[in-house]
Formats: sequence, structure tokens, C-alpha cells
Amino acid sequence: MTGLGSGAFLGQFAAGSLTAAMPLLLGGLGEQLSERAGVLNVGIEGMMLAGAYAGFAVAYSTGGLWPGLLAGAAAGALVALPMLLLCVRWALDQVVVGIALTLGVQGLTALLHHFAFSTSYPRLPAPELWLGRFPLDYAALAMCLGLAGLYRHTLLGLHLHAAGERPVALDMAGISVSRLRGAAVLATGGLAGLGGAYLSEVSAGVFVPFMTNGAGFICIVLAMLARGRPLLVLGGALLFGVSLSSATALQLLGVDVPSDVVQMLPFAVVMLLLVVLGGGRLPAALGVAYRRGDR
Amino acid sequence: MNRLRVLLPVAVALLLCSAVLLAVGVDPLDYYAVVLRRGLLTTRGLQESLTRSAPLLLICASLLVSFRAGLWNLGVDGQFLLAAVLVAACCPLIDAWLGRGPALLAGLLIAPAAGAAWAALPAALRAWRGINEIVTTLMMSFLGVSLANTLIKLAFRDPDTTVPQTLTLAVEHRLPRLFGGTVHLGVPLALLVLLAVHLVLTRTSAGLRLRLLGESPRAAWHMGLAVPRLTATALLVSGALAGLAGGVDMLGVWGTMRADWNPAYGLTVIPVVLLARLNGFACAALALLLAVLSVGSESAAVRLGVPSYFNLVFIAAVLLPIAASGIWQRRHGR
Repeated sequence: MTGLGSGAFLGQFAAGSLTAAMPLLLGGLGEQLSERAGVLNVGIEGMMLAGAYAGFAVAYSTGGLWPGLLAGAAAGALVALPMLLLCVRWALDQVVVGIALTLGVQGLTALLHHFAFSTSYPRLPAPELWLGRFPLDYAALAMCLGLAGLYRHTLLGLHLHAAGERPVALDMAGISVSRLRGAAVLATGGLAGLGGAYLSEVSAGVFVPFMTNGAGFICIVLAMLARGRPLLVLGGALLFGVSLSSATALQLLGVDVPSDVVQMLPFAVVMLLLVVLGGGRLPAALGVAYRRGDR
Repeated sequence: MNRLRVLLPVAVALLLCSAVLLAVGVDPLDYYAVVLRRGLLTTRGLQESLTRSAPLLLICASLLVSFRAGLWNLGVDGQFLLAAVLVAACCPLIDAWLGRGPALLAGLLIAPAAGAAWAALPAALRAWRGINEIVTTLMMSFLGVSLANTLIKLAFRDPDTTVPQTLTLAVEHRLPRLFGGTVHLGVPLALLVLLAVHLVLTRTSAGLRLRLLGESPRAAWHMGLAVPRLTATALLVSGALAGLAGGVDMLGVWGTMRADWNPAYGLTVIPVVLLARLNGFACAALALLLAVLSVGSESAAVRLGVPSYFNLVFIAAVLLPIAASGIWQRRHGR
């Protein structure tokens, strides 16, 4: 057993935090993209879970993590497809559809798991690292910066902003609101699925029914708090990551605190920040379907 | 036409689910028969479904109040569990000290108070600081779930059990059962509360004020309504009703709460209330349907080896076509 101050312990703790933060970062960046474009993606919990299952199943059967991650992203996008159709094209209630998708995926993945893996509960081998981390971590951090640049400096970023704030203006400028929002929703699904696959393949190495356990909702909150700034999503994800891994760290140190106490920390911190700093405003057209000619 | 709008989505849902069942090698007709029989058509199943519906009805009432006011109370699970844990911890003690009546009464008061208390911070932040309640209620919900577990493990743990759980309220000291069956008093109580909420929202001036707030806060403000106070009240009442659901479930059915127990009713009831278009009667019917499905699918899990998770697939398969039928309605004028 190593002491609290030792470098090895701290290094492991930091690595564990980053691993726990990564699914939230990927999902949070996705949700941010979708909210930026004016779609409140409540289905992200389902998209992450679909990614987690597909990622695990493919990685297990092919023996490769990368095909699994790809499959996870594809599964997330697949779950996003009905969202695109129903909410963006046909302007249905985003909350009803999002929750329905989440429930459906929860049930389906639990069923699939029951019939495929519940007797054996197979585990995946630990991932190969590159410079001490799983390579996707670097990509995710780069993407964080990339998205920040996209929102701030590009025309596409401006269009996304308009889709969330004043879709009418975007429509009048000759840009299709539904196409842009649709693309954003699909990208969100892909990112969320990737985050889910990371969760099952890299963080856990195993698929457990309902394993996202509210991670998607945390992503929604991260995106709402960070608004247009991807680096804030990173900060929030790290905050959650640190507290998630400190539960394990405390157990390793033999501190007898129920993990529930530690799990409360990030939520309490977010509430405290809200009380002290106050929340910002959200995109004006968030959650409101755009139909040309309304109003 | 109207009937078609209800029946068609259900038919689509049944077809979708049949495909899933066939894929896992179960005869869909067998499955539906078991669900229907065990959830609705046997006396025992029906009683169990009615009992199951009590918390669902109360959560419907809770969400009705908040949605009518245009507010998203997404924290019902935390409110529900905290109320449940406090009731489960206090009522056995009061029962031993003062007897059954005071214990039940206290439980029915503690539960809404606990739920409202857990909604108080989001309510105040939304009302006076304008902070989005989706974020705060979700945060408080996660906090509440963990806090409930912590309370059970650290404060209210029954020393005589190996699994962490609260003290147990003896079966004969729980809410009275009706007509010699297993349905407890909480079920009619829940139905009454839901209908009362519906009537208040649709037939009284207080309800009108809430609806005005929901339709247009600006208009409400121009009408001279105290918007912040109204906002806070709506969220507090919503929290109280969610808490009452937890209390009734404890006092009527469980009598004790185990650590990590979380039925997570919120996620299934939210779409139900929205699909019922915030109508109390429709909510009641759908909540009952939900209860039948969940009781029936649990039986089917035992009998046919299809895990009760399938229920979630079924609910989703019903929700999506019903939601989609709204498009058809819009295109054809009504």
C-alpha cells in the first residue's frame, strides 16, 4: 500500500481521474454541439449506452478496441437518427423523444446483454497505451481545442450559433436550419456513442446494463453550464472525473467512507458554483423546433 | 379518427416489440398473454398493478404542477427517495413510541415536507436568480439519490440486518389495506390527489395563474402576478407531491428502505405526463397502464425468461409512435 503523498499514488489518481472524465468530456462536447444548434438532446444517455454496448460487443468479438470505438460512435449516431427525423424534421417534442430513446436503448442493451453475455460476463484486456495514455485521450483534448476554434472563428460556428439563437435569421440567409441541426444531432450521437464505447472498453473493460448511470444527464448539465466554451466542458468533466476516482482512491487508502458521500461532491460543487456565480443564459431557441412560417 | 390515432401507435408498438421478442426466441403472443393476464386479469395481478400505480399517480401530479407552470422539475427521483428514506427512518420509531395512527400521519406529513425541502434550492434559484431549473433539479436529484444511500448507511441503519437498510415498519402497521386485499389506502389517496391537482389547475384561479406563467411569463408579469413567488410555489408543490409518492410507497408497500433502492420512476413518468398533454385523467389512465405493464413484465420475466427490461423497450415503442401521431394530427388540421 502506498501513502497518500507518494508520487506513484498521485500519478495513478490523476490517470484514473482522466479516464473517468473522458466519457463525460466526449458526451459533453457532443451535447454542447447540439445545444449550440438549438436541439436539447435528452436522448444522449441512450446514445452513450448504445455506444457502450456496441463498442464492447464489437471489441469483444473482433479483439480490437478501435473497431469497437468506431462501432460505438456508429451506434450512437444510429440512435440519433430517429431524433433527427422526429425532432428536427418533424418538430416533435425533444424531451419526449429523447427520453423515449433513452428508455428504449436501456431496455434493448440490457436484453442483448442478458442473452449474449450474462452467463459469462467477459472482460476486455487492458488497452495499449501511447505515451502513458490511451491515444483517444489526446484526440479528445485536441477536439476540445478544435471545437473552440470552430465556434469562435469559423462561418460554420456562426451558423450553429444562429441555429440556436435565431433560426429565422439563418433560414433567411439561405442556410437550411433543419440540415444544420440534423448534422449537429448526428455528430452528437457519434460523440456520445464514442464516449459510451470509451466507458465500456477503456474505463471499465466490461459492459454492465445501465452502466452509463446518468452520465448522459451529467453531460447535459456540463453543456448547459459551459454554453459555447468547450474548455469549460473539459474543466467540468475533470471535476466529475476527479471525484469519481477519489471514491476508489479512498477505498485503496482504507478510509471507511461510503462511496456515495464522495459521489455527491461534484454535484454539490456545481450547485455551489451556481449559487455563488449564478447561471448564464441558454441559447434562445434551445428546445424549440424550427418550422418555417411559424409566427 | 380519434380512435385510430390511439390504436395505430399501439399496433405499431406491438409489432416492433414482437420483432424483438421473436429475435430472442419468445412467442410474442405468449408474452403479451402473460403480461395481460398477470398484470390485469387475475385478482392478484390487478391488485398488484393498482398498488404499483400509487407512486406513479402522485409523480404524475407532481409533474403536472411543474409542467403546467412551464417549469422542468427533472429531480423527482431525488425528492422521491429522500422523502422515502426519512419516512422509512422515522415512522417505525414513532410507531413504537406513539402507535400506528400518529406514525402514519407523521409519515404523510414528513414525506411532502422532505420532497419540498429538496426542491427548495432549485425553486429559489429559478425564482429569484433566474437559474435554469433543468440543471439544478437534475443536480439535486443525483445529490438526493446519493444522500439517501448515505443516510441509510451512516445514520438510519438498522443494526440487526446485514444489508444496509432502515428499521422496518411492521406489515400490520402500514397503511390500511382495502377490502381484505393487498391494495392499500395510498392508492385511492393518490388518485384523489391527482384529480384534485387536475381540478385546481383547470378550474381555479390559482390554476389559471400557474398556466399563465407556463404559457408566457412576460404576460404573467404584465398582469401583475408575483412571478418569482409563483415560480417558487410551483416547484415546491411539485417537490412535495414527488415526496408524498415516496412516503406512500414506503408506508403502503415496503415498510423499509434498502440502500441503493431506486425505482427511478421519474424517467418513465415524464413522457407519460407530456403525452397525456397535461390532462389529469389521461395521466391516471396512462399511469395505470404503466403499472400493469411493469407488473406483467415482471411475471413474464419469471415465466418466459425474458428479463423485465423488455418493459422499457415496450414503453419506448409505445411512446415514439404516439408522439409521432402528433405530426399526422398537425398536418390534417386537428
